[in-house]
Amino acid sequence: MESFFLSNIEVGSHFYIKYNENIHFHGETIIGSLFVVIVISLFLFFSTKELKILPELFQTFSETLFDFLKSIAFSQLGPSFYMQFLPFVSTLFLFIFGCNWSGTLIPWKILELSEGEFAAPTNDINTTACLAILTSITYFYAGFKIKGLGYFQRYIKPSVFLLPINIIEDFTKPLSLNFRLFGNIVADELTVSVLCSLVPLFIPIPIMLLGLFASSIQALIFATLASAYIAEVIE
Amino acid sequence: MVDSIIAAASVIASALAVGFAGIGPGIGQGNAAGQAVEGIARQPEVEGKIRGTLLLSFAFMEALTIYGLVVALSLLFANPFIK
Repeated sequence: MESFFLSNIEVGSHFYIKYNENIHFHGETIIGSLFVVIVISLFLFFSTKELKILPELFQTFSETLFDFLKSIAFSQLGPSFYMQFLPFVSTLFLFIFGCNWSGTLIPWKILELSEGEFAAPTNDINTTACLAILTSITYFYAGFKIKGLGYFQRYIKPSVFLLPINIIEDFTKPLSLNFRLFGNIVADELTVSVLCSLVPLFIPIPIMLLGLFASSIQALIFATLASAYIAEVIE
Repeated sequence: MVDSIIAAASVIASALAVGFAGIGPGIGQGNAAGQAVEGIARQPEVEGKIRGTLLLSFAFMEALTIYGLVVALSLLFANPFIK
């Protein structure tokens, strides 16, 4: 009966890599995200290595991608600041997009691990928490760099008694970014694996397509929100 | 005995969490989609812009359901009350 199911559902088990007594890493997350980073960097490097006036296929693709990422940052941050934060926002978008799609498109299940299984790296809450914390560090840094100590005026606007709410907001922003991405990806993968264990063939495909669509929207949302938070601080 | 009572309560609680979390965003998404259709019917030439905004706001509403789902999943798979 066990072998009848093509996939079994494992939640919360990881392939641990031990560094020393107290520190250990989630191996499948690290390997998956390293893979995504390497693929994206190699593609972008080789497609823009020799720029031509009449672009070829890959160069056209990278240029379209750049225009799209520029429009995300530009629409939130405005003409005078977008260039400073474009690298951050586009890195976030590309990494999350690559991670989300790698979970569905790459047949990771071929590789057997002793414990846990390969999935999208954003399936691990540590990855999304790291991205969310990076976002909040960036908007603090942006505020200090552009406004100096006048940054703290933000906390007593529009009036002083909103101070606690403004402070709480600094914590809820990364929390909601974190849970939004994590929950969406986990929900997608759980739905697909539950359907796979019920009907292994053909039926899960529309759900997987929906998952691809939803996860690309999530990458867009994360990048848009990160740039919106930065814009809110420096305006 | 105590553990099994906690397990049963967590299963019911996770079902309730997902179920109730679905209500609000469902109503909200229905409203948003209805308004978007109205807007497209009135002004078909801005369909692309309306669709983009609609999808973005859908994802925000979706997030509220997902919070319920995260609570349900943590109750089912990572329950802090069962040793």
